[in-house]
Formats: sequence, structure tokens, C-alpha cells
Amino acid sequence: MLLNIENLKVEARGEEGWTPILHGVDLKVARGEVVGLIGESGAGKSTLGLAALGFVQGGLRFAGGRVLFDGTDLLQLPERQRRAFRGRRVAYVAQSAAASFNPAWRLLDQFCEGPAIHHTASRAESENFARQLYAAMHLPDPEHFGLRFPHQVSGGQLQRAMVAMAMACKPDLIVFDEPTTALDVTTQIGVLAAIREAVETTGTAAIYITHDLAVVAQMADRIKVMRHGREVEEAPTRQMIGAPKQDYTRSLWAVREFRRPERALPQASAPAISIREVTAGYSTLDVLSDVSFDIPRGATVAVVGESGSGKSTTARVITGLLPPRLGSISLNGTALPPRLAQRTLEQKRAVQMIYQMADTALNPRQTIRQILSRPLQFYLGLTGKARETRLMELMEQIELDPARFLDRLPGELSGGQKQRIGIARALAADPEFIICDEVTSALDQLVAEGILRLLSKVQDETGVSYMFITHDIATVRAIADEVVVMKGGRVMDRGPKPDVLDPPRHDYTRELLASVPQMDPDWLTHRIAEGRVAGDEP
Amino acid sequence: MSAPAARRQRPILRMIVGRLGIGVFTLFVISVLIFLAVSLLPGDIAQQVLGQSATPETVAAFRRELGLDQPLIWRYLDWVGGVLSGDFGRSLANGRPVAELLAARLGNTLFLAAYAAVIAVPVAVGLGLLSALWRGSWFDRIANVATLSAISFPEFFIAYILMFWLSVRMGWLPSIADPGASPRLGEMLSRAFLPAITLVLVVTAHMMRMTRAAVVNVLGAPYVTMARLKGVSRWRVVTRHALPNALAPIVNVVALNIAWLITGVVIVEVVFVYPGLGQLMVDSVTNRDIPVVQACALIFAAVYILLNLLADVLAIATNPRLLHPR
Repeated sequence: MLLNIENLKVEARGEEGWTPILHGVDLKVARGEVVGLIGESGAGKSTLGLAALGFVQGGLRFAGGRVLFDGTDLLQLPERQRRAFRGRRVAYVAQSAAASFNPAWRLLDQFCEGPAIHHTASRAESENFARQLYAAMHLPDPEHFGLRFPHQVSGGQLQRAMVAMAMACKPDLIVFDEPTTALDVTTQIGVLAAIREAVETTGTAAIYITHDLAVVAQMADRIKVMRHGREVEEAPTRQMIGAPKQDYTRSLWAVREFRRPERALPQASAPAISIREVTAGYSTLDVLSDVSFDIPRGATVAVVGESGSGKSTTARVITGLLPPRLGSISLNGTALPPRLAQRTLEQKRAVQMIYQMADTALNPRQTIRQILSRPLQFYLGLTGKARETRLMELMEQIELDPARFLDRLPGELSGGQKQRIGIARALAADPEFIICDEVTSALDQLVAEGILRLLSKVQDETGVSYMFITHDIATVRAIADEVVVMKGGRVMDRGPKPDVLDPPRHDYTRELLASVPQMDPDWLTHRIAEGRVAGDEP
Repeated sequence: MSAPAARRQRPILRMIVGRLGIGVFTLFVISVLIFLAVSLLPGDIAQQVLGQSATPETVAAFRRELGLDQPLIWRYLDWVGGVLSGDFGRSLANGRPVAELLAARLGNTLFLAAYAAVIAVPVAVGLGLLSALWRGSWFDRIANVATLSAISFPEFFIAYILMFWLSVRMGWLPSIADPGASPRLGEMLSRAFLPAITLVLVVTAHMMRMTRAAVVNVLGAPYVTMARLKGVSRWRVVTRHALPNALAPIVNVVALNIAWLITGVVIVEVVFVYPGLGQLMVDSVTNRDIPVVQACALIFAAVYILLNLLADVLAIATNPRLLHPR
């Protein structure tokens, strides 16, 4: 057994002393084996993965158990000797390559650092090895790729460069910690293929951590499901996908099946928002070119596309933060002034926004009551008893107990609760139209599903229209009435959901759909065989 | 499209030229302010210089000689024109060219500042790095308390304490720093040692704390964790991974402190009788030696602007995004 973690306990420093976050977990990895770790955030996956390197994050400590790597208990070694294992025998690939590469170093220097400090290869040898790996990872111009700085390289390329860096000392085990979570689907598939090829050709063992079941199904021989710092169940991949034993595991599957019931849209005279031939951008660069679409009253229009497709820029144009160079936006058939400053209070009230990161969108120093009272007073002039009544209604609408939550600070709430407050703040203005910008991307699947259900319910109650910006096709399928597909600042296709998606009408839509990982463990193998793996993004 | 492309290729050069332009403009504004401030001083300079007993005729003649009968703008242009061609006018006190007076003093001031900076900057940055490495440890706390105590005492107090122990009691070093006419380097170094050490004690805390804060800030970054997971030692993480990304704020504080070492050390100069620019300026203010005061003020302003400009350029030049655009 290459790695044998036995009864591992890890504790976190809290206000009242140390609290356990891993309650005695076992993990075995044989040479050449790939083990998938799956669970929601807070399940302890990353903590377990890092323990394989004898490492805990700041504020955590090992509280018991053993981490036997090739027979040596890493926890018994002093820090100095643990360092000899890190990078050399066990390597780590982080979620965000953009944040995990040192911005001040060239990629090649970062690659060669490991072999240099572990004395596994000379500089010339490791430079050569880097070029080989860059070529094997299908990186552009592998001869000179390493001379670039991290900011000069795209996200997908950077993630592959990080996989290459992890292999610099030819380790026995690599821990992949959500390596594709931050990537677009079309980019993700290329990185997945590169990782799998690398693991297969070198015969290295791997721990693959993710919250995406379909992804882990492609990568792992064996899957361990975790929750709240404990193991839920463990089984070989096909068995786990085909016949999960535990309810919790089954619930992870079920999320993907949430569908809003089909419904007939009210036939209104004018659409809530109408975007006409909008071209917009920053300095000399056009981010949007000739974008037109409508958002019917009471409908949910999903805008899908990869990062850089212009989804968020469209939102900025609608809200008046970025005046368009050409074209116009109208609300209920009346043209909106292009600049936010020129809009009337009434026009501002009608268009509200919910953000991706509820964490940063809520003022951490204000209580929930203050956060929600502000729009009530500013837009509607509510004070005193009237405001209090409305606060209660809003909290009931978002299904949070007013008595418990109104006087708390955002920091005391969970991610899903914070996002509910974000929704309540938008609803407080009594808007006609809400832009939801990737509102579920930062949330776990179960929590995200709750938010989607809530948004659907609110729409049924109030008749508000949504523009739902997302890169996730499953979310689109769950909630949208109409779909707009964007790429490179242009609208590729738009129309009712079934027309656009089932079957995909436009080539690009087809590519997007084909890149979304499926539960079938053979999905990636088939894609690679079909040559449907994009070697590189433009 | 070609113009923006060209601009994107050389952002650093463009930035430096832009900052230089702003620096020159600032210097111009300051020269106007200095000139106005001096001309707004109460009393008539000619009257003051000549004393109460002077006849109105001699005062008027002296005023004409000084150019004080000319309009303000004309006098300003005359002065600035002189400065630009290297002529700062003549001292009212002794009639010698101001440029000549300044040259010797400026040399002394720069020597003392460089002396102090050469010791203080490595010490401060080193201590800052070590206390970032061992943050929360005894070393960290002691370094903090020691440097903060040093900055909290008035500099004349430190100066006298050092003088009392090292010079009067132990007799190791001279207490008067005036190096006399054309001394050798060794003698200059030993004579200026006490004032230099006094200055080191005053400026170290600020630079050390900024180094520590900037480095600690970066130590939370994911790429620092990544480096540790590659097996990099903690010292190497601090010096090779964190420091290069924390340089901008450190460089800024270092530049500010060096500027202070050049322009703000009057008290130390007086205590050690060191013939620097600060003393010259104070003497000139007492003597109403207006041309010298103006010249000193202008030099101090130029030093501040130049060093801040340098810090800005260095701070931006350590940002690979600007140095190596996409």
C-alpha cells in the first residue's frame, strides 16, 4: 500500500477551543491507483488530501491517527523531514492555478524549483523534462511556453502547467484538489483528458478531489463519499455510480434531476427588458457586438456561455454601469437612459441584481435588518411599522426565520443563507426584473437546488422576470424558459429552451452540451476516442 | 490599432515618462509656493538687513540692487531662470554664491544620509523578514518593542544618550561630527558614526514594520501554500516567494525614509555639530538670508519628488504584469 491513512483526526481552532473537523477517517491508495474523494464543501476532502502530504492548513492541527506513506508515518516526522516528501514523493495540484502560481516567477522557474531543492535533477534535465511534459499536455509552443509568466497564460493552460509542475520530481502520488472546478466546460474536458493521460502514462497514483460526481466518475478507480468529516461510503466507481448504498449519496445524484415544471408564459404586450443591437466594451475593445434579445415579462431567460463570452458585460449594460457604444435597452417598451446616473429612481428600482459571491456583496458590518431596510427606505420610502411588516414578509418569502436572522451579521450565516439574503435585498425594491449573475456557482449542489427552487417560487408569486447568467447547463435545464447562447460577445442562438437545447440547434450549443461530463464512467474515454477533446482554447 | 498596440508594448516606459512629467510639474508648483511664501514674510528685507539706522536712500538703493522694486512675477521669472542655469543667486549674509555654499553642505548631508541608509535599510528589511518568518515568537515581539522604543524617543535624546556612553564615558568615538576640511574617508566614517547610528535607530522601526506587514500579508496567498507543498523551506518561502510580491509597499516606505534622512535631520546635525544642509537652512532663516532659504527649500522638494518617483517606478517595475505584458 503506497498511502495508508488510518483513523485520521484533524481539529480546527474555534472560539471555544479546538473542534474536530475530521472524525477518524481512513484512506488507502495503492500504487498506480486513482481514488476519488467527493462531498460538499466542508466535508473535509481537502483536509484529507493535504494530510497525504503531512500538511494542515493554518488554524488546523492533527489530533490523532497515522498517515503512513510507503511505510513511514508522516505525522511522527519533524517538519524538516516531512518537507523531503512534499513535491518529491507526493505532489499537489490546487484548484486555482491562477492563484497558486507565484505571479513574480516564470512558469519554468517554478517547475524547476522542486527538482532543485530536492536534488532530483539538474537544471538542464528538469528544463528538458518540463518541455516534454508541456508537449504531452498539449500546451502551445512547448519549447518556449515555460518562459511565460502566469498572467500571460489562459486558465486552462495554467491548470495543465500546474499538473506538469506536480510531475516535475516524478512523484509516487499526486493529490488533485478540484483541479477543474474553476474552468469552463469546454476547457475542463481538455484538462481532464490531459490529467488522465499523464496519470496513465507515468503510472503515478492519485487522489482526485471534487464535488462533481460526473467528473470523478471519469477519473477514479474507486470513490469515497465524505460528509461532515466522516466517510459516508466507499466503493469501486462503477458500483458506486450504479448502486449507491447510502441515502446521502443518492441525494447527490438527485440534485441533477430538479426540473421546474413546464408552464405557459403570460402573453404580455411588451417584454420586460428588450436589448437591441447593443455593442459595448472597454477602451478600444468591443466585448459585445450587436447583441439583441428580449426578456418576456414573468419569464426566466438563461444566458449561457463560457467566461469571456460577454454574459456579465451584458448585465453591466442593462444596469447602466457600462453605457453601450451602439444600441439601446428598453424597460416595458420605454427606452432606458444608457447611464445609471441619468436614470430615475423608479427606473433604478425596477432593475435589481443578485450577485455570485454573496460573501462580498453583503456589507459585513451591517445586520441583515440594516441590509434589507436600506432598499425599503430608499426606493419605497417605508419607515417604522410599515417597514417592519415588509421585512417580515421578505424573510418569510426567502424562508428564513425573521426572529433568528434579522439581527445577525452576514458572517454568521452559511453560504446558502447569505445568498437568500441577497435575493431578499433584490426583492425589497419590488423590482420588475432581476439579473441573477451566477448566483448558484459558488454553492454546493444541494444548497444551489434550494436557491433555484426559491427563485422559481418567487417568480410564481410576484411575476418578476429573471435574466439568469450561468455557465452551467444543468442549471439552465432546471430553471429557464428561454435560452440565449453567447460566445465571444455575440449571440449564437436564442429561443425557447426546447428549441435551443433539445436537440441542440447551433454547432456551438452542441459543443457546449457535449463537453458537460456525464455520469457514465466511459464518457471521457468515448470523447477522447471521438477526438472531441479540444486541445486548447483560443 | 497600431498606436494602442505600441502603447501596450511599452507600458513601463510610458509610465516613467508620465511620472517624470508630473514630477517636473510638481516641482514648478512648489517653486511658486516657496517664492510666494518667502515674499509674504512680514517686514522689508532691505530694511532688516541694513538695520534701523539706514537712511531711506540707502534702503531704496539696496532694494533696487536686490531687485525688490520689480513686480512679483518678474522677480519669480528672474529667480527661476537663474536656478535653471545653475545660478541660485548670492547669499545676503556673506555675498558668496549660493550654489557654492550649498554644494559643500549638500555633499555632507548626502554622505550622512547614505551612511545611515546603508546600515538601516538592510537591518530593517532583515529584521522585518525574520519577524515575518517567526511571527508571534519572542524574536518577533522583542524586535517590535525594541524598534518601537527607538522611534518613540526624541532623536536628540537618543543622540545625547549615545554621545554620553560611547563618546564621553567609553571614549570610543568623537562626539563632534564636523569632519573639517577635506578629510579622508576613514575619518569621515568614524566621525559621522554617532549621528548615523542615531538616524538608523529612528528610521528602522518604520521600514521594519512595513516589511513585516507586507510579507505577512503575502504569506496568506495560495501560491505560498503551494510553495510549501512543493517542499520549500520556510526561509526560502519568505525570501524567494513572498518578498518579491511584497516589494512595492516596502520600496515606498524605504524611499520616504531616505527622503527624511536627507531633509529632516536638522536636530541631529545640530546636536553633533555636523555641517549639513539642515543646519544651513536653519541658520539662513535666522539671518533672513532669503536666497539660501529658497534654494534649500527647492532642493528638499526636489529630493522628495525624485525619491517618491523612484519608489513609484520601482514598485511598478516589480509587477510582472506591467514588466511583461501579455
